[in-house]
Amino acid sequence: MTTASIAPVRQRTPVPPGEESGTSTRLALKKKGRQARALVMPALIFSLVLTQVPFLVTIGFSMLRWNQLRPREIKFNWFENYAVVFTGPDFLPSLMSTVIITGSSVVLSLLFGLFFAVLLDRKFMGRGLARTLMITPFLIMPAAAALLWKWSMLDVNVGMVNWALNALGLPSVAWNTDLPVVTIVILLTWQYTPFMMLILLAGLQSQSREVLEAASVDGAGPWRTFQWMTLPHLRQYIEISTLLGTIMMLQAFDPIAIMTKGTGGTKTLSYLLYERAFIGLDVGQAAAFGVVTVIITIAVASIALRTLFKVFINGGDR
Amino acid sequence: MLVKKRALVMGAGLAITAVLLSGCSGAGAGAGAAGQDVTLTLATVNNPQMKDMESLKGTFEKENPGIKVNFVQMEEGDLRAAVTADVASGAGQYDVVTVGAYEVPQWGAQGWLTDLTPALTSDAAYDVGDILPPVKTALSVDGKQYAVPFYGESSILMYNKEMFAAAGLTMSNNPTWQEVAAAAKTLNTPDHAGICLRGKPGWGDLFAPLTTVVQTFGGAWYDNKWNAQVNSPAFTEGVNFYVDLLKSAGEKDPVSNSFTECLNQLSAGKVAMWYDASVAASILEDPTTSKVAGKMGYVHAPVYKTKESGWLWSWNLAVPATSKHADAAVKFAKWATSKEYQQLVGTTLGWTRVPPGARTSTYSIPEYKTAAAAFAPITLEVMNAVNPVQPGLNPQPWVGIQYVTIPEFQDVGNQVAQLVADAIAGRTTVEEALAKGQVIAQAAGDKQKK
Repeated sequence: MTTASIAPVRQRTPVPPGEESGTSTRLALKKKGRQARALVMPALIFSLVLTQVPFLVTIGFSMLRWNQLRPREIKFNWFENYAVVFTGPDFLPSLMSTVIITGSSVVLSLLFGLFFAVLLDRKFMGRGLARTLMITPFLIMPAAAALLWKWSMLDVNVGMVNWALNALGLPSVAWNTDLPVVTIVILLTWQYTPFMMLILLAGLQSQSREVLEAASVDGAGPWRTFQWMTLPHLRQYIEISTLLGTIMMLQAFDPIAIMTKGTGGTKTLSYLLYERAFIGLDVGQAAAFGVVTVIITIAVASIALRTLFKVFINGGDR
Repeated sequence: MLVKKRALVMGAGLAITAVLLSGCSGAGAGAGAAGQDVTLTLATVNNPQMKDMESLKGTFEKENPGIKVNFVQMEEGDLRAAVTADVASGAGQYDVVTVGAYEVPQWGAQGWLTDLTPALTSDAAYDVGDILPPVKTALSVDGKQYAVPFYGESSILMYNKEMFAAAGLTMSNNPTWQEVAAAAKTLNTPDHAGICLRGKPGWGDLFAPLTTVVQTFGGAWYDNKWNAQVNSPAFTEGVNFYVDLLKSAGEKDPVSNSFTECLNQLSAGKVAMWYDASVAASILEDPTTSKVAGKMGYVHAPVYKTKESGWLWSWNLAVPATSKHADAAVKFAKWATSKEYQQLVGTTLGWTRVPPGARTSTYSIPEYKTAAAAFAPITLEVMNAVNPVQPGLNPQPWVGIQYVTIPEFQDVGNQVAQLVADAIAGRTTVEEALAKGQVIAQAAGDKQKK
């Protein structure tokens, strides 16, 4: 039953009763369809041009030897740039950094998001204000957030985090120098927790109160209710927020560019790409890194999507 | 009929698409205006001195009727991309560009910039001999000068005289790195660090001071035949010294720190010494932002095996070879770097805002000497003493001190800086970092051998 409801709805527009027969109506319908398609064309062509042409151009660039500072030596060199990507020392560590930073940030922001969502799901005075305040980190521009954390929060001399550590009798921590990966994860978690919280809160609020009431009448405690009623209900919300959060955090660039400059295991794929293009000024190599990143992302995303949906379906069975 | 209608709708759709698309590429008309009037387009980095220049361009336009100057300000990276694309494609969109000392010789040798030598030497009033000799050398290739300096800087050691007096220490005018390290260790307390040194990864951040340290320790990025020397004993010794000094008496969290961060800590009295750009002195002496104004002393960059170890940097005006108004452009470049311009800045904007480090005569303007008494003499002294042709112990195949004038250097410098930052943090050793750096540097060196 669940499977059926999940399957994509692909029904034809119902034909109005009494008009089933007759070639004229069929022709008219066909014509209507064509017109509809033609009207969609501009938008379709526009989006195709905007998304696919740049990608094709990127693939073209990735097969050139092209350093911006040697513009007279542009040459077609087949897959040489890809060879550099896969044999060079940059790619694998960078992939690892991306997985570690994105993975831990997603998990942490999901946990914090769930925690805050549960808190905000209760009725209390000033709930609207609290919710707005909770969302603000997500609304701050990433570059501004990175500067804020660099100067006000994590600065070793005047930062609030170190001030708090000192107040507890602990020594100051040189965040950027000693713990660059942790620094980036902290920042990303701080920034994306509100996003996770918003989606999970929507999930919590769509839960039927009767079911919860029935559970408590049956003698289930709050933890059991949460574990067996709320969590399964939240499953699809957790999945979608994980997916969206991963996509957004994969692209994280600002905190790395502003705080750690890619040192100490923070050279993620997006920062590596920036370095190849704007510091190495090597257009061909940067394009090759870009193409490989896109292919990996598509592969991971489609596998993840499929397994996620499977999990989702099995979850519904339980 | 049906087909016709369908074609019409399709056509309309396509037309809409075309209009939408062409809207994206319609902008960006050429700068060369028709008629007698010439409009120069100047592409510049967005720093305060250039903004001053923009505010004073009216004087030039008044003196040269028929020439208008249009400023386009960009970030350094964007400027580089815009100018290289423009010059490489021959579009001629820009008539005057600001170019750093690192790129002038490279672009000059590529034939991207107009040779200014004839225009400069033929004009006695411009007095090209007044330009500081090391700066002129750094901007020339084979005797041809490709740019005129707008302002320049070297690196000096700045120290807090109060802290030195309290600890009973003195500073000589030409200290050695060993003396500085010993003083830094004495002065390092929980309240303030002994010395602030850049640790932020980047060829222009960490590796600007670190390259000068390496050079005075006898090392260099490349030997005379473009063999990388990054893992050589002298290079390793220099980097080890720098990293050890940071660990034993440096500021906390060095990987966060470059010019601005160190400046903040110095101004707040949190550090006793700082080795960085000479231009910092003018900011440290500003009592409105600095707690240590009047308490600072300034001496030559510390040395070990060489006599002088300051770096050399200048922002310059150059005329791209593709400019369609080269004569007017050269006229403007000369005006903005002339003695009269310095007087104009001094009298209208204040004497501390005169662009420093480009002309010898700047340092004999009485008003400037008074306004910049604390740091003007040392700046002139150091800038005249540095040698961009051979800053280290051995001859090198490029002209420049804290950088190597090859296109790949910023990439090489950046990557090696990231590795050294790992060594500063203790995640790896200097030797391991430099072994990896050697491979990166050699790949770039091999391209020069061809």
